[in-house]
Amino acid sequence: MPSYLFWLFSVIMLAGGAAVIAFRNPVASALSVVACFVGLAGLFIGLSAFFVGVIQILVYTGAVMVLFLFIIMLLDLKDEEKSAKPLVPIAAGIGLVAAFTMQLIGVLSRSPDTTAPALDAQTFTVAAAGFPASSKIATNLLSGKLPDVHLIGRTLFTQYNLPLQILGVLLLVATIGVVVLSKRQAD
Amino acid sequence: MDILQIAIILVKIVTLTFLVVLPLVPLSVYFERRFSAIIQDRVGPNRVGIPFSLLGFKKDFHLFGLVQPIADGLKLFLKEDFTPAHVRKAFYWMAPALTVVPALITVCVVPFGSPISIFGHTEKLVIADLDIGPLFVFSVASLSVYGITLAGWSSNSKFPFIGGVRSTAQMISYEIALGLSIVPVLMYYGDLNLGTIVKQQADHGWLLLPLWGHDATHTLSSKLLFWFPAAIAFLIFTISIFAETNRMPFDLPECETELVGGYHTEYSSMKFAMFFMGEYAAMVIGSALIITLFLGGWSIGFGLDAVVEKLHIGDFYYGGFIHMGCFMTKLLAFILFFILVRWTVPRFRYDQLMKLGWVVFFEAALINVFLAALIVAAPQLQAAIIGIGSVLLVILTAAVIWVAKVSEEQPKILRA
Repeated sequence: MPSYLFWLFSVIMLAGGAAVIAFRNPVASALSVVACFVGLAGLFIGLSAFFVGVIQILVYTGAVMVLFLFIIMLLDLKDEEKSAKPLVPIAAGIGLVAAFTMQLIGVLSRSPDTTAPALDAQTFTVAAAGFPASSKIATNLLSGKLPDVHLIGRTLFTQYNLPLQILGVLLLVATIGVVVLSKRQAD
Repeated sequence: MDILQIAIILVKIVTLTFLVVLPLVPLSVYFERRFSAIIQDRVGPNRVGIPFSLLGFKKDFHLFGLVQPIADGLKLFLKEDFTPAHVRKAFYWMAPALTVVPALITVCVVPFGSPISIFGHTEKLVIADLDIGPLFVFSVASLSVYGITLAGWSSNSKFPFIGGVRSTAQMISYEIALGLSIVPVLMYYGDLNLGTIVKQQADHGWLLLPLWGHDATHTLSSKLLFWFPAAIAFLIFTISIFAETNRMPFDLPECETELVGGYHTEYSSMKFAMFFMGEYAAMVIGSALIITLFLGGWSIGFGLDAVVEKLHIGDFYYGGFIHMGCFMTKLLAFILFFILVRWTVPRFRYDQLMKLGWVVFFEAALINVFLAALIVAAPQLQAAIIGIGSVLLVILTAAVIWVAKVSEEQPKILRA
C-alpha cells in the first residue's frame, strides 16, 4: 500500500474515533463510528485483505451500525445532548485507555520486527507449492493474484472447522433466544 | 503506477460512470413516464424536443419527447431550494449525497464488455477488476440505507421519520435474502470476480440459458440440473433487488397514500432530485448485477462471443464495444421490466413485506443453498450419500414449511 493511502485512511479512522466521543449528539457519534469503520476497511484493502475489508463494511457499517442508528433514532435521546462532565465515567475511560495502551506496548515490544514478504512472483510460487497443482488457489497464485477469499475459506473449513461449527451453533442459539423472548411477550 | 495507467483509469471512471450509467437515469425516468402512459392508455410526455420554432422555423422537432428528462432536470435545478426551519441542518444536507454516492461507487466492479485491445495493449471494460465483485456491490450498496434513514430523521417531522424507519428495517431484512440467494451462484462458478463469471457464461452458456458450449466438465445434463437452483436464486434475488431499491411493489418508505412522500417529504429542488437519482441509479446497478450473475452479462450467447472477440481492424480489436452494446440492450430491457412491474403490481402492506422477506425468502434461499450444494457436489459423491442428502433436504424443507405454517397462527391477544 502506498504510504500516503495508509496515512489517509489512518487519519479518517482516528478522526472518526475522536469524533465519537467529541460529539454530544448520539446520531453524530454513530456516524463517526461509521467513518472510523470505513477507514479501517480502507486499511484492510490496502493490505490486500480485500475480503476482510469488504466484510468489515458489509457487517459492521452496513448492518450493525445501521441497527445502532435505528435504535438511537427510535429512542430519540435528548439527555445525552446536554453537556455533562461526570467524573467517574471519565476516570474509568482514561483507565481503560491506559490499560489498553500498556497491553499494546507489551504486545508490540515482544513481536519480532520483521517485514512481511513482498507480494511478488517468487512468494506466490513458494506459496502455490503448498496446494494441489490444479486447484483454484494454486492457479490463482501462479498467475500472480492473491486469492484471499479462497484462502480464508480453506483455512476456516479445514483448520478451524470445529470452532466454526461451534460459532454457528452459538449464533443459532442467540437467534432462537430472540424469537423465544419476543414470543413470550406476546403471550 | 505510471501516468498512463492513471490516465486510463480516470478515462474509464469518467466514461463508464458519468457517460454510460448516469445518462441511464434520466432515460429511465423518460421510459417510466412513457411506459406508464402506454399502460394507462395515455400518451405521456411526447412533445419536448428541439424547439426549431424559436429559431424561426415552422415546426418543432419533437424527438418523441426524449428531451423531456433534460427539461425536468432543469426545472428541478431552477426551483427554490427550501430548507424548513425545523430540520437538523447538517444531516439534512448530508442525506441526499449519501444516497447517490454509494449507488455510483458500485458501478466500478460491473464488467461492461469483453476486453478491448489496441496496439497490443489489452484493456478490460471494467473500472476495478476486483476479485470480490458481488460482495463489494453488497457492502457499498448497504451504505445507501444511511442516506434514507438520515433524511427521515433529520427532517424532524413524523411522516419522513416513519419512512426512514421503514426503509431501514426493509433494507436490512432483504439484504439477508439477497446475500443468501446468490450463494448457489457463487458455488457454481467458484469465483467472486464478476468478469470471470461473465466469461464462464459466455463460454459455457448463461446460467439461466445453458444451451451451448458443452464439454467434459460442463455437461448439458449437469447444467440443466443446476438450472433449478439457479432459477430459484434468480427469483429471490430479483424480488429482493426490488425491495432493496425501494421500488414498487415495495416502495413503502415513500408510499404516498400513508406517508405523504415518505422520507423525502421535506426536501425540494436538487436535494429531492438527488434522492430520485439515487433510487434510479440503484435500480440500474441492481439490473446490471442481475444480468451479470444470471443472464450472461455482456455475452451475446449461442457461441457467438468467440467470433465477436476476434473481430478487428488491424491492431484494434473492437469486439468489446459490441459486447458493451449487448450489455446495454439487456440493461435497458431489464429497466423496462422494473417499470412494467411498478405499473402492474399493487403495493404490499408492511407486514406482508416483512413476512415475505423473513418467512419465505430467507428460508427458501437457505434450502436453495443446500440443494445447489448437493447438485454441485453430486458428480464426486456416491449414490448412497446423494440419496441421504436428498432425503435430508426433503425433511428440512418440510420442517421449514411446517415452522412457517405454525408461525402463521395468530398470537393470543395481549392482556393488559
